[in-house]
Amino acid sequence: MRREAPQKLTDYAPLAFPAGMLIVFFVVPFATMIAVSFFRRDPAGFYSPDFVFDNYARFLSLFFGKVLGFSLFLAVAVAICCVVIALPFTYLLSRTKRRTQVLWLVALLSVLSLSEVIIGFAWSTLFSRTAGITNLLVMLGIMSEPIALNPSFGAVLTAMVYQALPYTVLVLYPALVRLDPTLTEAARTLGASPLKAFFTVVVPALRNTVVATLIMVFIFALGSYLLPQILGRPQHWTLSVLITDQAIYQSNMPFAAAMAVFLVLVTLGLVALTVYAGRKGEAA
Amino acid sequence: MNALLQRVYFGLVGLFLVLPIIVVAGVSVNAKQDLAFPPKGFSLGWYGEIFANPEWRNALVASITLAALSAALALLIALPLAWFLWRRHAPWANVFQLLGIAPFTLPPVITALGLLTFWATTGFYGQPATAVISHAIFFVTLPLVTLSLGFSSIDRSLVEAAATMGADDRTVFRTVVLPLILPYLISGYAFAFVLSLNEYIVAYMTIGFTMETLPIKIFNALRYGYTPTMASVTILFVAIAATIFGLVARFGDLPKLLGAMSSRD
Repeated sequence: MRREAPQKLTDYAPLAFPAGMLIVFFVVPFATMIAVSFFRRDPAGFYSPDFVFDNYARFLSLFFGKVLGFSLFLAVAVAICCVVIALPFTYLLSRTKRRTQVLWLVALLSVLSLSEVIIGFAWSTLFSRTAGITNLLVMLGIMSEPIALNPSFGAVLTAMVYQALPYTVLVLYPALVRLDPTLTEAARTLGASPLKAFFTVVVPALRNTVVATLIMVFIFALGSYLLPQILGRPQHWTLSVLITDQAIYQSNMPFAAAMAVFLVLVTLGLVALTVYAGRKGEAA
Repeated sequence: MNALLQRVYFGLVGLFLVLPIIVVAGVSVNAKQDLAFPPKGFSLGWYGEIFANPEWRNALVASITLAALSAALALLIALPLAWFLWRRHAPWANVFQLLGIAPFTLPPVITALGLLTFWATTGFYGQPATAVISHAIFFVTLPLVTLSLGFSSIDRSLVEAAATMGADDRTVFRTVVLPLILPYLISGYAFAFVLSLNEYIVAYMTIGFTMETLPIKIFNALRYGYTPTMASVTILFVAIAATIFGLVARFGDLPKLLGAMSSRD
């Protein structure tokens, strides 16, 4: 059966429910949020309709600049750590037996699906004084007494890498499975060591994939909102945390909406960049 | 030497992934209400607590109900859409594919805030049904992606043969298409179910003040100190996820589902 253009109006019938749901519950809320970002805050209730740029003007403060700067820095750090760890790992994984691959994929999916709350709780336990990893070091005689490792920047970074690593592997996986194995074989035949073959053949061949993955992990990390709260200090809070804070605890919906719109613009810009990197990859 | 190096590397990554889970598993069997590792004493009582304590039990029931319903609704949205895009040549309809993927691609706080403003403006804020719809929209991406993959792997000559024999669209769908995409349908449901079970921010912003799902319950409990039930619930969730994905892998082609088109071996 060839794909045919819809002939009658009834041919469109299957589209009605999905299209309606997506428009009413995604497009409309999204538009509402953009509208609210121009509204004026109403201390008594949520907000009152208006058209002001005040909420956007608040961005131009030092405090906001710091939060934005830290959010971007943290997301970049997470993306780089994840890709550096995941690239060799996924490459090796894609060369193993199917059974091994499936086992790892199940494990990665299980970790990936874990709630941020659960990941935060697990790492705060691991970094705690009473039940943490330092107890192991004390047992081994490396440290004299257990200490608490959180709240700290390192704790936030570690947990976010933990959260994003399975995602990174799963993003890289399709590209690496499809990578022509004869490429590295040729390099090996010509006398390159496996490490050299990896860095001189695999990495350059995947340059665009790596760039696209970096951006995708960056966006993923930008969305983290609980880990900085559970494992960090207030100066480690990200834009996502601030949005939640403004919306729920300060009841300042217009400002929260303005920040969210800004975050969307940053994200969309990056998605466009990813698509562009992908296109260039196909052309090359 | 290289095989050894590979083992070590896999071992390190594996250790990083399981270490927090091991510690939490250890903490969950403490005899008393201690946050201690290695555990002091041994007790499985904290697992019983999930079901015995009405607060935790209600949260568990709320989470499972929400996940089951929202994954089903996500499937109801994704299936006709994926079918239409496969059956018909209508390029502009791809817009809806894009709309289905957008909520999942953007940082979750954005979808959450959009839905919060929407429910607050329309006056439904806080009602349980809003969370079901919100999660269905948020996770519709997953069945949409698996189903698109499923449809694209159908050999069109099979469908053509059925049509030549006089089967109409409805019959073709029921007797040929549906059996072929069933694995993709089930795995799409499974992905949406597990992720909905673990989702925090959208649930929190829609029903956070009227109901507690398990992630919300854990976070609220975390603020007021520590109870080992958090640890046992965590382990329960890891077990649920591993079981469901294990089943998907057992009855489906997991590497293919995750985008590896060339199934080897």
